[in-house]
Amino acid sequence: MSLFDKYNQVNARHDRLIAAGRDPFNICMDRIVSATEAIIDGREVILVGTNNYLGLTFDSDCVEATVEAVRREGTGTTGSRIANGTYSSHRDLEQDIAGFLGRKAAMVFPTGYQANLGIIAGLAGPKDTILLDADSHASIYDGCRLSGATLIRFRHNSPADLDKRLARLKDDNTSKLVIVEGIYSILGDQAPLDEFVDVKRRHGVELLVDEAHSLGVFGDNGRGIAEAYNVEQDVDYVVGTFSKSLGAVGGFGASDNPAFERLRFTSRPYMFTASSSPSSIATARATLKKIKAQPGLRLQLWDNARALYKGLSDLGFEICAEASPIIAVRLRDEESAVFMWNALINAGVYVNLALPPGTPDGSCLLRCSLSAAHTSAQVRRVCEVFEQAHRALKDWRDTQSAAE
Amino acid sequence: MQWTADKVQEEIVQLLQPFNPKDIAITPDTDLSADLMMDSVAAMNLVMEIEDRFEIDVPISLLPDVNNLQDLVDVVLAQLSKG
Repeated sequence: MSLFDKYNQVNARHDRLIAAGRDPFNICMDRIVSATEAIIDGREVILVGTNNYLGLTFDSDCVEATVEAVRREGTGTTGSRIANGTYSSHRDLEQDIAGFLGRKAAMVFPTGYQANLGIIAGLAGPKDTILLDADSHASIYDGCRLSGATLIRFRHNSPADLDKRLARLKDDNTSKLVIVEGIYSILGDQAPLDEFVDVKRRHGVELLVDEAHSLGVFGDNGRGIAEAYNVEQDVDYVVGTFSKSLGAVGGFGASDNPAFERLRFTSRPYMFTASSSPSSIATARATLKKIKAQPGLRLQLWDNARALYKGLSDLGFEICAEASPIIAVRLRDEESAVFMWNALINAGVYVNLALPPGTPDGSCLLRCSLSAAHTSAQVRRVCEVFEQAHRALKDWRDTQSAAE
Repeated sequence: MQWTADKVQEEIVQLLQPFNPKDIAITPDTDLSADLMMDSVAAMNLVMEIEDRFEIDVPISLLPDVNNLQDLVDVVLAQLSKG
């Protein structure tokens, strides 16, 4: 028996997906043209699935700062912070993040995934209890598992369900950490953070909010959902990523807890990995400045988000949450979603295909993410292509039923 | 209420029905993954229904050791006895 036999079932499903067209999980962009366009299979494609919310990946100031950092500090750090040393730029970025969020301290990680691993597994241990939202990202689940803590899921976005579970645990003496996300990556729905904060306060537990998709997107200053709900003081730990609105690669954790720095010599995902490259650090520092200096980017992003939401709603598509920079269109089954996804890309629009078990409630979704860099013409074109692809889906379904 | 092993099993079989579209016969040996084709998310969602029904918490950290209906019954009985 081969080690790979356990994947036979999922592999068969993957084969069926590929038989319907392209491999949705292995799209190769031959050339990136801009923050919103690429060449795929020789065809110009509008990118509506990048999470490049503020469209800063080609910003000339940020590109220059990054190139300059590579010339000054080299291409890689060739080791970990604890064994091989911290560059002053790592420390500077940590201070920038802490300053931006109004926190005492921040720690930088090589990716957002590792930030969740490092912060969660650093904070919680086998004798602690974590209560996590059922729809949490895989990096949160993996961080929780790595911690060895007792893991209790509560119903998605339900402060009442969290309250009930914390009440059941009232005689349990373990330390407890509650984890939610600001905005959920697949559906784009927001956490009712004010209500979660109320529950957290009543039960005297600590709260971690993953602002991966909300940083730079929500709040008057772009600090995220906690800022938008005016509850930052009640959020004990913030986790975020550089790979979305900050247009780089990396992640961070931030807190006011005076003991937070202990994670630097206790959190394995922080200690035993290579530190972020000078280029990633320089990009994140430069884009963070842009977020502060150009609030208009956020306004543009929201205008684009509302325009696409309205356009797709008017066409009759079922959208899973209220308007946000993440717009997930629900299709009735996997076959339809895969057909539409292929039709969209063939007509020059790239979105994300999201299928169970990676989606809530077994939904089959076409997930769009907007950027401040999208033009109105691009948003209109995306709506047109959705309409065409949907017509093609109907024709294809008619042909299928005629054949049966 | 006082739950017996038989009553717990009966309740879980009821809760398993939405996860059993092919309506196969459920026995203590029924494997959630191999027989009911449940993936990890479906298994966690089933656990949430079980938690509500019995008013207990079943930490998902226990799930790697849960393969079949009997394992589920044992976990529920163990958690009920803690309450």
